[in-house]
Amino acid sequence: MSEPGKHGTSGNPAHAQERGTTRRDFLNEISFSALGIAAIGSAVVTYRYLSPNVLFEPPTTFRAGSPDLYPVNSVTYLPNQQVYIVRMEGGFYAVSAVCTHLGCITQWKPDLNQIACPCHGSKFNPEGTKIEGPAPRPLPHFQISLTLDGELQVDKLETVKPNQVLKV
Amino acid sequence: MAATFHDALTRLRESQVYKSIFRRGPAVTNRTRSLAVFGNLFLHFLPVKVRQESLRVRATYYLGSITFLLFAILTITGIFLMFYYHPAIPQAYKDMKDLRFVVSNGIFLRNLHRLAAQLMVLAVFAHMFHVFYRGGYKPPHEFNWVVGVILLLVTLFLSYTGYLLPWDQLAFWAITVGTNIISAMPVLGKYVRFQLLGGNVVGENALLRFYVLHCVVFPIVAILFIAIHFWRVQKDGGLTVRDEDGQKEK
Repeated sequence: MSEPGKHGTSGNPAHAQERGTTRRDFLNEISFSALGIAAIGSAVVTYRYLSPNVLFEPPTTFRAGSPDLYPVNSVTYLPNQQVYIVRMEGGFYAVSAVCTHLGCITQWKPDLNQIACPCHGSKFNPEGTKIEGPAPRPLPHFQISLTLDGELQVDKLETVKPNQVLKV
Repeated sequence: MAATFHDALTRLRESQVYKSIFRRGPAVTNRTRSLAVFGNLFLHFLPVKVRQESLRVRATYYLGSITFLLFAILTITGIFLMFYYHPAIPQAYKDMKDLRFVVSNGIFLRNLHRLAAQLMVLAVFAHMFHVFYRGGYKPPHEFNWVVGVILLLVTLFLSYTGYLLPWDQLAFWAITVGTNIISAMPVLGKYVRFQLLGGNVVGENALLRFYVLHCVVFPIVAILFIAIHFWRVQKDGGLTVRDEDGQKEK
């Protein structure tokens, strides 16, 4: 090594600047870029892998039987579906029984005419509007319809406005 | 009797097998004692020598050591519990019941695991309060404080993921409420909750995911950071020792 600058450019930045990007720099850059792209790709496919495509969860649409089962001015809790079927003078609507605070299951208190959450004390009226407690939103109303053979059907994925009722 | 035992020990130390494992003479001089620590994977990240001051009870109240001891108990009892536990619905709840009422000494192991877990959270907090009020987070220990905060989070994650595994009402609602808190996070909340539960509800996928996180992912992370934590104590110049007036000793 009589003249250090002559062997490669790694130890001599001034020399490297003169010649621009060296072959070593270029190969390093494309190698690390390729590794970076592969790492991002791996992260994406791992995320995709961890997101299940098929869920074995209960169906979100269900039949609630004939409208005659529900007397006028009543609130009926369906425990398997976690939904209240409410029948008022104006018609039917379906209210979610899952508290909008942190997801606990609320209970219908007929003597108080309230829906109450046991976890953190939120209270709602039968329309789902909040009376008191930490719940940030009213209980959502689900789409309710009549099937061709005259049964009530509720779709828990479709929420509707509270004034939308099903007249039978 | 004692002489015979001593002879046997000397003979063992001179055997080829012993010498191939511990490549040094008996730890009788300072040099060989140091080599004993350097040459051991499990000891090499601990200090070779310790000041007597830092071993006094009031220097640390051994809170960090207590935390580590609890982690060791949790690892051992956890492995034993895994021999009887299936992370499936409804088998998980039945296995938990079996561990309590059917398996010999199962209730002892389960309670040891459960109580040690609760104690470990307490011990971590006590340790951190002690370090905080002693000023142990100050330079040159500031990075080790950050490692400690990571270990606090890992402890809480371990505690939280373990909470679901008995699959009783308490577990179900705790995880329902907890994951709904996560979904309140802006923008990402919904996605993090979906990934964590492997679905939209706390069900079969959620139980399996929490099991894998609890038994594999978080313990590995914890062991890595515990190793870094211990190693940094030595690299940062040992414990901060204070005299009776609370002044840093030279």
